[in-house]
Amino acid sequence: MTGIEPIRQDAARRVAELGFPTTRDEDWRFTNVSRIARTHFSAAPSDLSAWGEGQLEQRLVPYEGSPRLVFINGCYSPELSSLKLARGIRATSLREANGAVEAHLARYAVYQDRAFVALNTANFEDGACIEIPKGTVVEEPIHLVFLASGGDVPVISHPRNLVVIGPHSQATVVESYIGHGANYFTNAVTEIVAGDHSVVDHYKLQEEDERSFHVATLQVQLGRETNFSTHSISLGGGLVRNDINAVLAEGTEATVNGLYLPSGSQHVDNHTVIDHARPHGASHELYKGILSGASAAVFNGKIVVRPGAQKTDAKQTNKNLVLSENATINTKPELQIHADDVRCTHGATIGQLDEEAIFYLQSRGIGKEQARDLLTYAFARDIIDRIKVEPLRARLGKIVLERLHANRN
Amino acid sequence: MALLEIKNLHASVAGKEILSGIDLTVNTGEVHAIMGPNGSGKSTLAQVLAGRDLYQVTDGQVLYDGKDLLNMPPEERAQEGIFIAFQYPVEIPGVSNMYFLKAALNTIRKRRGLEELDAMDFLTLVKEKLALVEMDPAFLNRPVNAGFSGGEKKRNEIFQMAVLEPRLAILDETDSGLDIDALKIVANGVNQFRTRDRAMIVVTHYQRLLNYIVPDQVHVLANGRIVKSGGKDLALELDQSGYAGLEEAVTA
Repeated sequence: MTGIEPIRQDAARRVAELGFPTTRDEDWRFTNVSRIARTHFSAAPSDLSAWGEGQLEQRLVPYEGSPRLVFINGCYSPELSSLKLARGIRATSLREANGAVEAHLARYAVYQDRAFVALNTANFEDGACIEIPKGTVVEEPIHLVFLASGGDVPVISHPRNLVVIGPHSQATVVESYIGHGANYFTNAVTEIVAGDHSVVDHYKLQEEDERSFHVATLQVQLGRETNFSTHSISLGGGLVRNDINAVLAEGTEATVNGLYLPSGSQHVDNHTVIDHARPHGASHELYKGILSGASAAVFNGKIVVRPGAQKTDAKQTNKNLVLSENATINTKPELQIHADDVRCTHGATIGQLDEEAIFYLQSRGIGKEQARDLLTYAFARDIIDRIKVEPLRARLGKIVLERLHANRN
Repeated sequence: MALLEIKNLHASVAGKEILSGIDLTVNTGEVHAIMGPNGSGKSTLAQVLAGRDLYQVTDGQVLYDGKDLLNMPPEERAQEGIFIAFQYPVEIPGVSNMYFLKAALNTIRKRRGLEELDAMDFLTLVKEKLALVEMDPAFLNRPVNAGFSGGEKKRNEIFQMAVLEPRLAILDETDSGLDIDALKIVANGVNQFRTRDRAMIVVTHYQRLLNYIVPDQVHVLANGRIVKSGGKDLALELDQSGYAGLEEAVTA
């Protein structure tokens, strides 16, 4: 990866200059990362010692039988990976790709004003490299699994992924972050470049340990007439920040959905930027959150319509279900519209379970607690049902039900 | 046998008394109609029997099958065999009719010491009941009441009743907003439900429904009290003379 050395050195300089953001930065107003800034992290070991017998296998069950790339604390594990893909499709670790994709790597995720992207760019060890040639349909989802573990000494890993989809191609990519143990920090960056007329579905399932830090940026560069969707599911992590930046071209259709379920003292921040750079683009954004305990969530959805991006159709919705009095949600739409013939709508709701609906269910014999669970699950299902990868949808449905049960006890 | 005994029932909402001493006994095999003008307390009576906590019972007693009904939470009342067809059924997006009804039926069956139905047996049962209210099976996969027309919501209530097979059914203005065809379908569903060991209370503003569901007794509710009781002809009488005379009789 010598070709990008100058970029990495520049990123390292930016890390030193920027420092970590504080709550005085508008983009970080509600998310305090001083706990990250105060901690001295070492590079994480690339072994599996932190995982108990059988524990790992169990976590990998949903990815059985599918092509998958597995990384342990940011380092590639050929033993756990399984790659059965048609010829011409590249699915390797970045290191193995050996510079083949340097024209794209670290060219999209801007780091100049983003400390965590700069930190990743300067320090990443490895990550996934997916390249789908022109006119290729890959039906099976490609799974990227990131295992992280922590222990007594704070450790950090910087997974770095590049997904390049050729024009007129189709692919599904699933990023899964699975963590175990305290005291670790996952700082991930994924860049997706989708060629003209391609169809790309992306999912991110974040199941980090609740004692960890997770910061991730997804940078998406979309070609003309592409159809892109991403679903970001935040389940784990103590302090979580997700940034999604999508740049649309002419006639691009982008769906950006998310679900977050913080409980206990978890903090989950979702920042999205949908950049309608060209005319005739459409974006649909739906983020839903269920907050319990003393958790906190942030949603900040920015929609930019560039001058000349006429006929843009952008819709943004953020809905929150707050189950406890101690939970906090900050939600903010941010519309920057520089064209006059566009349709942009946004809406945010924060509410509790509908007492009338609870009573209605009770009046049919369903107990109050079960009625609450049913309604809470129904709220989440709206997102879960949109997931097209069956094992992922099933796993998520199961996790959400377990969560509801745990919250109750 | 007395299935429901209401004795001197007083109930209020936000400190305002709505029911001012209701006495009513309903025996198994009987259908009672409760009529009365708007604001007389008809719907409040239905809601209190369902266990809605917006209403405070300030005096009186309700025995259901000899048991103290007012001490039971709403779900227990349903499990014991009481069903209310609501005037305004609630929309529940995200919960399918199928899932909802299966959960409800199996909870009730468990309480009755019956085995839970599996998916196949449940489907057979609901298809049979759907035919009763002339509803399309596709409706099972739709969310509960979400996007339903007024008439569909009312039919859904009767469909639920048919599946859950309660002993005491209380229909709260199930006829309101129904066209004549829907009314006949609903009445037919209700009439099939009538047996010797069940009972029913039909709350209605108009006599129209009682042409199709013929009651054993008719009660007139005004200002929170039953002011007149009689046979099925009382309903016809009211249809002609209206409630005005009765209300005056009470307040005088």
